[in-house]
Amino acid sequence: MSATLSANAAASRPLLEARGLCVDFGGLRALDGVDLQVTGGEIAALIGPNGAGKTTLFNCLTGLCAPSAGELHLLPPDGGRRNLGGLSPNRITALGVARTFQNIRLFPAMSALENVMVGRHARTRAGVLGAVLRGPGTRAEERETASVARGLLAKVGLGAVAGEPASSLPYGLQRRLEIARALATRPLLLLLDEPAAGMNPRETAALDALIRRLRDEDGITILLIEHDMRLVMGLAERIVVLDYGRMIAAGRPEQVRADPEVIRAYLGEPS
Amino acid sequence: MSLPGGRLFSAARGALLSAASGALLLFPLVAVRIDAVEKTVSWRWANLGWCAAGIFAISLAWQGRIMLGSLAGRRSDRAGEGRDRRLRAFAASPAVRRGGAALAVALALALPLASSTYQVNVLTSALISVILGLGLNIIVGLAGLLNLGYAAFYAVGAYTYALLNLHFGLGFWAALPAAGLIAAGFGLALGFPVLRLRGDYLAIVTLGFGEIVRLVLENWSGLSNGPSGIANIPRPGLFGAELGLRGATIYLYAISLALAALAALVVFRLRESRVGRAWMALREDETAAEAMGVDRTRTKLAALALGAFFAGVAGVLFAARTTFVNPASFTFLESAMVLAIVVLGGPGSVGGVVAAALVLVLLPEYLRPFAQYRMLVFGAALVAMMIFRARRPAGRPPARRVP
Repeated sequence: MSATLSANAAASRPLLEARGLCVDFGGLRALDGVDLQVTGGEIAALIGPNGAGKTTLFNCLTGLCAPSAGELHLLPPDGGRRNLGGLSPNRITALGVARTFQNIRLFPAMSALENVMVGRHARTRAGVLGAVLRGPGTRAEERETASVARGLLAKVGLGAVAGEPASSLPYGLQRRLEIARALATRPLLLLLDEPAAGMNPRETAALDALIRRLRDEDGITILLIEHDMRLVMGLAERIVVLDYGRMIAAGRPEQVRADPEVIRAYLGEPS
Repeated sequence: MSLPGGRLFSAARGALLSAASGALLLFPLVAVRIDAVEKTVSWRWANLGWCAAGIFAISLAWQGRIMLGSLAGRRSDRAGEGRDRRLRAFAASPAVRRGGAALAVALALALPLASSTYQVNVLTSALISVILGLGLNIIVGLAGLLNLGYAAFYAVGAYTYALLNLHFGLGFWAALPAAGLIAAGFGLALGFPVLRLRGDYLAIVTLGFGEIVRLVLENWSGLSNGPSGIANIPRPGLFGAELGLRGATIYLYAISLALAALAALVVFRLRESRVGRAWMALREDETAAEAMGVDRTRTKLAALALGAFFAGVAGVLFAARTTFVNPASFTFLESAMVLAIVVLGGPGSVGGVVAAALVLVLLPEYLRPFAQYRMLVFGAALVAMMIFRARRPAGRPPARRVP
């Protein structure tokens, strides 16, 4: 516990800063002036009713959709300040933001190991010529890629199914494989989009432990979207609530739980 | 479990249905004979009857085989699986692989010495198709970019050699890399505007691209000599030695063999590399691949350029083999043929594509005894191969070993 606190203290400067973020789809404003700050080393949760814009915000943070207004910056621990607005998804991944998807998006025909190895793309260099000549540098890199991928598979408990095609894995394991693949990009910030969806209580408990380990042992900052309130309340140190594209509350779990605005968004006006 | 009698009945009904539909399809071909000179129509019902009876018998036998198999299946399944696994392990062991490759090379080297010049020529064109198939396999099989205009790159390669030779007297060996690079340039030129397209849209655009290249070659007489083409393209020389027709044919065969082997090695290595995995990831899920750090633009362009490079090299071999190029050699049919090789061989598989290229090019040659029914038999064989080829879900590469 104390180790966690000191780690937080050391890293308690903002890692991600969004100001006045807006996204428009035609006439629909999916995000409306969202100010989001994620502190380095924290586990934060993003909640809100269906259609509140949570996944749109994730898409915005990872470059899959471009913000129509607002600023978006990543502040890596080395002290830099990188503008993420308008960058392509792969550039953002290279800067250290990785994600999983709400509706699992693995590479179905590739093996579990290959899926994770693709995640190393941003951290490796070999090109076409290297692949064809297979010189010592390429071979060393390939070995390293494979061993890192195997390590990550073991970390999420998939060591035994490394050679299986991703599509043949059961649902819960596919979710874990997505996390391993995202970890392979060596992220500073990991965005998890409903990681517990479709999991039974035991799998959810294991996921809870895994996410804590990622933060405590690997120092990865985590922002997750989740509908399982038990998981969110137990895991998150800070909760951000979206409704109709606006941020309506942010704070510690107990604060958010008592917030009348949040209760109204979830349950409707008292009649 | 239903009664055997019931199953027999349903099998007979299925066979009857096959026979009826087969008779319907064959009716204009088999039953009707129109004599255009005498202006008479003769009906040959007996022929149609024989065909229908034949289809009925084959269908019944086939279904009987399946039925017997399912009865005996449970017992032999386990044994078969074990045998399969042992067979696969045997085939995958490095010693066997190396031995097999050596045997294939020795056979391929010895083959022309035992064949006529004509046969060697046919084999060379089969090897050119192997290179084409492997090149398109990068674009379609690995990167998942459906390309229906691949013959355009082939044409660019062939004309590059023809024109460089005509105007600048460049030889085969100088033209080989030049044609590859120029074709790759065309690949990039096609790539930039179509990067955002997927699936059907990409297929249409590449189809158009293929036709544009062919039409330009056909109509820009000043450059390409139009439909009459360019003749007298030299065969590759061997340090100035005079080879004679047979010698030159065998020499070109050997060059094609070496280049095809090199192409297979390149694709094989690419498939198990960072770039190959990025191609497959883009094929499987473009959005997820980008989110994992794959640069979509660069990766797709690399696939198109590399695939086009292969076609350019194959084009030079083609020009050297026929010593003549004209636009009629690079129609959509050629693109479709190469695509058929990739689909039949299994997208992403190297060995499958090599085998498919050999079969699809050599089969029509060896069907010549069927005379005017040659292409009919070839078509039927194609359909049969597509149905019975290694049963795996479409688009799925075969199971691969991973490092």
